[in-house]
Amino acid sequence: MSTVTTPTPESGGLAPDAAVTPAKGIGAKKLPIIFGVMTALLAVVLLRSSHAGDTTFQLAADTDFVTLPDIVVPSGPTAWVMVVLCLALTAEAVRRMLAHTRQPVWVPIAFAVAWMTGFLSWAAADERIRLVSLFAGAVALAIPLVFGALGGVLGERAGVVNIAIEGQLLFGAFAAAVTASLTGSPWAGLVAAMVAGALIALILGLFAITYFVDQVIVGVVLNVLVVGLTNFMFRQVLAPNSDTLNSPDRFSAMPIPILGDIPLIGPVLFRQTPLVYVLYVVVALVAYALYRTRWGLRVRAVGEHPKAADTVGIKVNRTRYRTILLAGAIAGMGGAYFSLVSVAGFNREMTGGAGYIALAAVIFGKWDPIRATLAALLFGFASNLQGVLSAIGSPVPSQFMLMLPYLVTIFAVAGLVGRSRPPAADGVPYRQQ
Amino acid sequence: MNDTDKPQPDPQPDRPEDSAGQTLTEPATEDRQQEERSRSVLREIVSGDAMAGVLAVFLAVFVGSVMIAATDEGVRETASYITARPSDFFTALWDAISGAYSAMFRGSVFNYLLTEPAQQWRPLTETLKFAGPLILGGLGVGLAFRASLFNIGGRGQMLVAGGAAGYVGFQFDLPTVVHLPLALIVAMVAGALWGGIAGLLKARTGAHEVIVTIMLNYVAYYLLFYALTKEWLLKTPGSVNPKSPPMKETAILPKVLGDQFNLHLGFIIALVAVGVAWWLLNRSTLGYRIRAVGENPHAARASGINVGMTYTIVMMIAGSLLGLAGANQVLGTVTSGVSLDLDASIGFDAITVALLGRSKPLGILAAGILFGALKAGGFTMQASENISVDLVLVVQSLIVLFLAAPPLVRAIFRLPAQEAK
Repeated sequence: MSTVTTPTPESGGLAPDAAVTPAKGIGAKKLPIIFGVMTALLAVVLLRSSHAGDTTFQLAADTDFVTLPDIVVPSGPTAWVMVVLCLALTAEAVRRMLAHTRQPVWVPIAFAVAWMTGFLSWAAADERIRLVSLFAGAVALAIPLVFGALGGVLGERAGVVNIAIEGQLLFGAFAAAVTASLTGSPWAGLVAAMVAGALIALILGLFAITYFVDQVIVGVVLNVLVVGLTNFMFRQVLAPNSDTLNSPDRFSAMPIPILGDIPLIGPVLFRQTPLVYVLYVVVALVAYALYRTRWGLRVRAVGEHPKAADTVGIKVNRTRYRTILLAGAIAGMGGAYFSLVSVAGFNREMTGGAGYIALAAVIFGKWDPIRATLAALLFGFASNLQGVLSAIGSPVPSQFMLMLPYLVTIFAVAGLVGRSRPPAADGVPYRQQ
Repeated sequence: MNDTDKPQPDPQPDRPEDSAGQTLTEPATEDRQQEERSRSVLREIVSGDAMAGVLAVFLAVFVGSVMIAATDEGVRETASYITARPSDFFTALWDAISGAYSAMFRGSVFNYLLTEPAQQWRPLTETLKFAGPLILGGLGVGLAFRASLFNIGGRGQMLVAGGAAGYVGFQFDLPTVVHLPLALIVAMVAGALWGGIAGLLKARTGAHEVIVTIMLNYVAYYLLFYALTKEWLLKTPGSVNPKSPPMKETAILPKVLGDQFNLHLGFIIALVAVGVAWWLLNRSTLGYRIRAVGENPHAARASGINVGMTYTIVMMIAGSLLGLAGANQVLGTVTSGVSLDLDASIGFDAITVALLGRSKPLGILAAGILFGALKAGGFTMQASENISVDLVLVVQSLIVLFLAAPPLVRAIFRLPAQEAK
């Protein structure tokens, strides 16, 4: 532990303080245990209320070039087959654990698919599950989460904890709505959202980097500030002049010619709004830049060991400022989703805690852009699945589905689902000696 | 540079801050001592924390005034011909800002527009009514701060505790002497359990309490939401809204100044809690442990304090205090039934109260009353001047931001920098 030069972790940072509270190792036993519990859960649910009837999985979108046929399966038997499959995969995980070999990545993926299929065929007995709209909706709902999570990942890799993602989303949504209404162009709104997010990041940097204020405190207070500010402006200015200031044009769906015609994948990924295509580019750029460029190396160095970075001539605080400004702009773009894609126009506190789910995705994604994106997609899927299931009257209470991302994150930080280790200097201000 | 921020290698958590340094100084001549002292007092006033605090409030109020002026119709109209008739502009400016702040004063302290003394002072009781849960919540957050834990879970702890108190409040039929205390105790236990999760997870797995408490806020929200959709838990039979039936008369916190004032027992409970928290922190063994862990967990551990246990206990106490704040809402301020917005953003306001009060019980008492006044005044301002009550949120968060960075405030006002201790 190199706590000689940097302030101790208690002064900020989200790092679990290993020296004070030693982690109880759960180790490689985790995967089989989780599998076992999940399989048992599914089996219990099936035993308690088994449905007769068929479940229809519709693969085709309404306007497909090549129309895929529906898949109709008997719901009870299919669910039980999936339980058996899950058991087999659990056994495989146990075997690998006993043999002390690594768990390959296909095992959890196969398990997740089997479990989900079993669950859906039980939950949607006598109903039709439109897979295309289920996944396309999940992608759409995940947009702000992915943008927010990318902003969070960038900031924290540079050593600045950003609790203010929520504030950046909300301020981005506000700026996007006003600017798009004034200029008549949603693209101008998107740029304004980026500026707004970067502005919040600038305030965060001013207090956290220049004045060494606890980053978590600044983040929390900034969120409150943005809520107050946008609510105030909404009531005093936007609501009375909603024709001129709060009626933007929405981004409309823009199918990509050939890619959009691929069955299943096309309608899910390539018949979305332009914001989604921007998202693809941003994810790729951030992932590439963070790991494959000199800039990314510097950002990570500053977040892991600022003292060492300073020694080799990297300007620590300047790098941090630049990174969080960029991160803020990315998070701000996510805000545009709320007022330019989801609905047209700004409303009070319209982000509804998405920034905190994005923060959860950062941690669940282990501070890695790709994993955080996948985590955000998973959370988007969970919330869209909840919507689909409550629409067909599923027996699972929607509140428990909505709770899922938060519960998963608690398990993740508690080390039950993979160990999350933040960058070493995350949340620790750097004072040049 | 800043050595004071680092934990001391040899922890003396209750080191007497004022006396120790002075007794060691060399005895100088009487005159020079006198002179030195008066100069240091002067320096303390311009460079000390107190001045920074006052200036922080001043800055925040100034920003608030700018926002009022910028969004005021009259100001904007007169601004268009400001070069022709500047007096119109300044009159409108003065009207907008003074109108807002005098409405705040009328709503929070003393309403000079009324004639009957009882009615004139009524706003002050409203202030105290709002201050009650803010103080309780501020104590909950502040106590955790002293153990260097950041409890952002106030909202969740209030929701769970408020739901539990509400359940006892309308499902049970009991005499008042049993019913009300039972509801309060259940709320404290529920809050303690919910807060304890974060403490326990930190102690056992090292999971950071900030993340856990944020996530638990949402889990609590959806749990309460679920409970409000089930009749065997909290839902009103036959209603479609997620709201519980009103509280039974026997579970409601009694009014302390008679029925014409809304001030209820919750404020008295908050005062008692301030006393208990002060005693706990400054006079008890547990408080010593809490402060030792907060100053330096490594050293506390080396000197035989069970750090994990302290984390868990302090989060449980914090949760029970926020639980009382939740009960205060459900059983005192809004007795018409449990709803999803029962926390009325107190869970987050409590953070700013604790920060403004420097995590000291008496400071939190003062900060709670100040923010209670802002809240009470804000509603009057919205009603009479048509200025959104959300302005209070802005002013509140700006106060805390400026307060957290005294060097920034000094830079703005060009004050001398604080001497390094």
